Amino acid sequence: MAASGKQNLQLDWGTIALYGALVLFGWLSIYSAAFNPLLPSPFTFSEEYGKQLVWIGACVFLIVVILYLDAEVFNKLAVYIYFFFVLLLMLVLVIGKEVNGAKAWFGIGDFGIQPSEFSKIGVGLFLSKFISSSGMQLKNLRMRIQAFAIIGLPAVLILLQPDVGSLLTFLAFILVMYREGMSGNVLIAGFASVVIGTLSIVIGAGRTSYPYFGELSSIWTFIISLFGLSILALIFVRNFVVPRSRRMLYSVVVISMVLASSLAFSINYIVDNVLEKHHKERIYVMLSLPVERQDATYNSEMAKITVGSGGFIGRGFHQGPMTQNNYVPEQWTDFIFSAVAEEWGFLGSVTVILMFFTLIYRLVVLAERQRSQFSRVYGYCVAAIIFMHLLINIGMVLGLAPIIGIPLPFFSYGGSSLMAFTILLFIMIRLDAERLSVFR
Amino acid sequence: MNNDNRRYTFLFIVGTICVIYIVRLFALQVATSEWKNKGSRLTEREVVVYPSRGNIFDRNGKVLVTNQTVYDLMVLPKEVLPFDTLEFCKLVNLPYDELKEILKKSTTYPNVKYKPSPVIKQMLPEEYALFAERLYKFPGFFVQARTLRTYPESLGSLLLGDVGEVNKDILEKHPDYRKGDYIGLNGIEKSYEKELRGKRGIKYVYRDNLGVEHSVANGQLDSAAQEGVDLYATIDAELQKYGEQLMQNKRGCIVAIEPSTGEILALVSAPTFDPNLLVGRARGQNFSALAKDPLKPLFNRATQAQYRPGSIFKLAQSLTALQLGSITKDTRIACNRGLIGCHGAHSMDDLEMAIVHSCNPYFRGVLQRVVEANRDPNSRAKDAAIGLSIWNEQIRKLGFGSNLGSDLPGMKKGNVPSAEYYNKKYGVEAWNFSTIYSIAIGEGEMLINPVQMCNLVCIIANRGFYVPPHTVRQIGRDGSARAEYVTRVDVGVKPEYFETVVNAMEKVVGPGGTANSIKLSDIVICGKTGTVQNEPREDHSVFVCFAPKENPKIALAVYVEYAGFGGTWAAPISSLMIEKYLKGGTTNKGREELIMNAKILN
Repeated sequence: MAASGKQNLQLDWGTIALYGALVLFGWLSIYSAAFNPLLPSPFTFSEEYGKQLVWIGACVFLIVVILYLDAEVFNKLAVYIYFFFVLLLMLVLVIGKEVNGAKAWFGIGDFGIQPSEFSKIGVGLFLSKFISSSGMQLKNLRMRIQAFAIIGLPAVLILLQPDVGSLLTFLAFILVMYREGMSGNVLIAGFASVVIGTLSIVIGAGRTSYPYFGELSSIWTFIISLFGLSILALIFVRNFVVPRSRRMLYSVVVISMVLASSLAFSINYIVDNVLEKHHKERIYVMLSLPVERQDATYNSEMAKITVGSGGFIGRGFHQGPMTQNNYVPEQWTDFIFSAVAEEWGFLGSVTVILMFFTLIYRLVVLAERQRSQFSRVYGYCVAAIIFMHLLINIGMVLGLAPIIGIPLPFFSYGGSSLMAFTILLFIMIRLDAERLSVFR
Repeated sequence: MNNDNRRYTFLFIVGTICVIYIVRLFALQVATSEWKNKGSRLTEREVVVYPSRGNIFDRNGKVLVTNQTVYDLMVLPKEVLPFDTLEFCKLVNLPYDELKEILKKSTTYPNVKYKPSPVIKQMLPEEYALFAERLYKFPGFFVQARTLRTYPESLGSLLLGDVGEVNKDILEKHPDYRKGDYIGLNGIEKSYEKELRGKRGIKYVYRDNLGVEHSVANGQLDSAAQEGVDLYATIDAELQKYGEQLMQNKRGCIVAIEPSTGEILALVSAPTFDPNLLVGRARGQNFSALAKDPLKPLFNRATQAQYRPGSIFKLAQSLTALQLGSITKDTRIACNRGLIGCHGAHSMDDLEMAIVHSCNPYFRGVLQRVVEANRDPNSRAKDAAIGLSIWNEQIRKLGFGSNLGSDLPGMKKGNVPSAEYYNKKYGVEAWNFSTIYSIAIGEGEMLINPVQMCNLVCIIANRGFYVPPHTVRQIGRDGSARAEYVTRVDVGVKPEYFETVVNAMEKVVGPGGTANSIKLSDIVICGKTGTVQNEPREDHSVFVCFAPKENPKIALAVYVEYAGFGGTWAAPISSLMIEKYLKGGTTNKGREELIMNAKILN
């Protein structure tokens, strides 16, 4: 090992402090949300807050290990790490423990390990290595396909569990690839798809009676409107665009129309016929569409009430009536942000969001100052993964995203998530610490 | 290729999402209190503090109605943890299937899991005591204390009335009642609901994470429960009980009123039942059993029965005719049995003797003089119509055809036939005196209820006035009766006209009178027998009286259905009641025993 390197490690203490603050804030929230009045000691290892202390201890150990490793190790072992976790993802499908309908856990006694959380590290490392390899061009289709394959393999394995939440967080890597040169149209197309998808679900939930065809899903109204819109667009192009651009625009309009229609139709079809009933209901609840079961709205409703209950300054630590009475089921895991929002109010919630933004911003700064492309790509991977979790998790608590079970980084109770994020982040800190001794 | 600027796009996306979430947080937490209020509704429990309903005492301070504490076992589903159902079922004595059903119901619409639902309602203290100390083992279950009515004397069920939970109709009509509240359904409980009810208190509590309940906002929003006001009834518990004993195994009623005050001393409707039957969990079952009973114990014969008055109505006729000047006390009318049947040996009585003999032709003649006074010489029919109206007006002053302004709920008014009534029945000018004369002797279309009859006796006993019969003499320990029950109602008959009637009534209970057998050596009873025809069944036995003659203390109307002649059953019952009230009991134990053991139910 390169002892000399360690002596002049340039650790980014700001990021480390931010990490420490988030973990501490997270643990306090768990302590409040999962509080058992009969066992008030934080060192009660039968309760979530006690267990989380053990995980935090484990993380300290991991941090020390990572900081003592040579930074080169991560680059060199990236492929092996990746395939190790892919292997675990395959194994979990065979010998995994089923929790909430997903085979996502290795049960070891009372504890469980969720390989999907760790697999992001492998993907991050391998993708960074792949993109930073010489001659790599993301504009090149074949290479783009290879990159997607690196992301896709674990994603498919996770889909088989099935764990839609973890799967969605893999979208983070698209942001990374965008930064590294993939066309921005992907983002635009992605955004357009979200809009069209949402509209098709909202409109498709209704039923309309059509002449000659009788009552059908209202999705046809949407598709007919898309068709009408594209005709209008074609007329517009014919009359107002210079002739030499017309041909190209005609095909753009027609292709967009076909793509949009098939997207609308297939999303509507998937929601109606492929998704399980509770997934469909969760999407409906998020979009404020009527659902048959009152229970389906329960979590979302309770989360919003809990958030609202906090008011501007919050109810105070251990004082949130909704949190303390466990109105939001298992609040210390995925819904931990509602406890924060109730007990620390608008001020506290905004603080947490700003802390996350600062962390992501800091990671971008760290990434951009790397001399090695590997480190830069990896830095973006970390930032993007944290961002995707933030986006989905807090969106879910605030009723802006469907209820998808993914943890809030550093906050949610759970060893796998906390350790995975710690490793993810500290590899970056370790890489950054040696940025000056890397020449490439 | 340089994509360095894309870092800003990346940060822009992250920043935008953060801003959207902060705006959303602002909307949920700061901009509106909608969500906060929803939360308060969930976590701040509104505990209803039920006031205890006012007690009811008798005129001597004996407790007639009071409260007992019962316990509703409730469940708050969201707090229930897995528990030993077997032990629980054994403890509270509930079949497992039922428990399962109740728990399922407690979380299905309209019940929700964060609101308590009842598991077992109205457990007696001894039932609750069996598991009180082990209830802590079952989180989510708790008890809520409530009070129920209890009747230590087990008497006066219809008079005192009962209470029940408010139903949908009441809730719609009275917004100040809530689901689960109790309300008086009849009797005193109904007519004095406002006083007895008290005011429901509300306590807002918030439970902290240790499960300790704290008051919200230092209790400033709370309202204290105000206990119901105690009532002092006019009833004499001893007399009421005695009356119920005398009337056992008979159908009918006794109304006893203190003439000078209009205070109802006893109001017996037979057959009766123990008011404690309509309390607690057995209420529904017992109620339907009583409702199905062919003897109709739930029917208050004293206030809701409408009988033809029979001979006792001759007292009212006498007063009316004297006041209208149609006769004097010396008017003699032949007992012409060709016109209407009669009984006993007499031929040309004056008014007093006609009352004593209950001479039917005499009173036919009296009514004829009232109605056919040649006010319209050209038409007998028109003459009768005018005459009947004059009669009607005067007879109504005696309290007939009205509920007397009494506080007895559901009092029937009876029927005092008017010219319009007969016009409707027979057609205008299609009737005259010969069509309607049976009302002269209290038969025909004339209908009264027993309280009105007793009130007539009060008027006679008071020689000219009555106080509306009422059941409560004091509202609250230091209160008084309602204002309308301390004012006298003058009936517009000169006092001197009463002397003839009173003397006649004295003679009825004397040698040669129809109720001679009940004459007492020390108390002068003035009475009048009646026999209400019920073709083809047996007559109703009726007796009205007051005693003593001077400065009367008690007036009575006694009806024994399908029992025959008034002197046989109703009169002896009256005399026993008088002795009980004035002397504390009778010396004639043989008569008392005979009456109590008699069974007149056909």
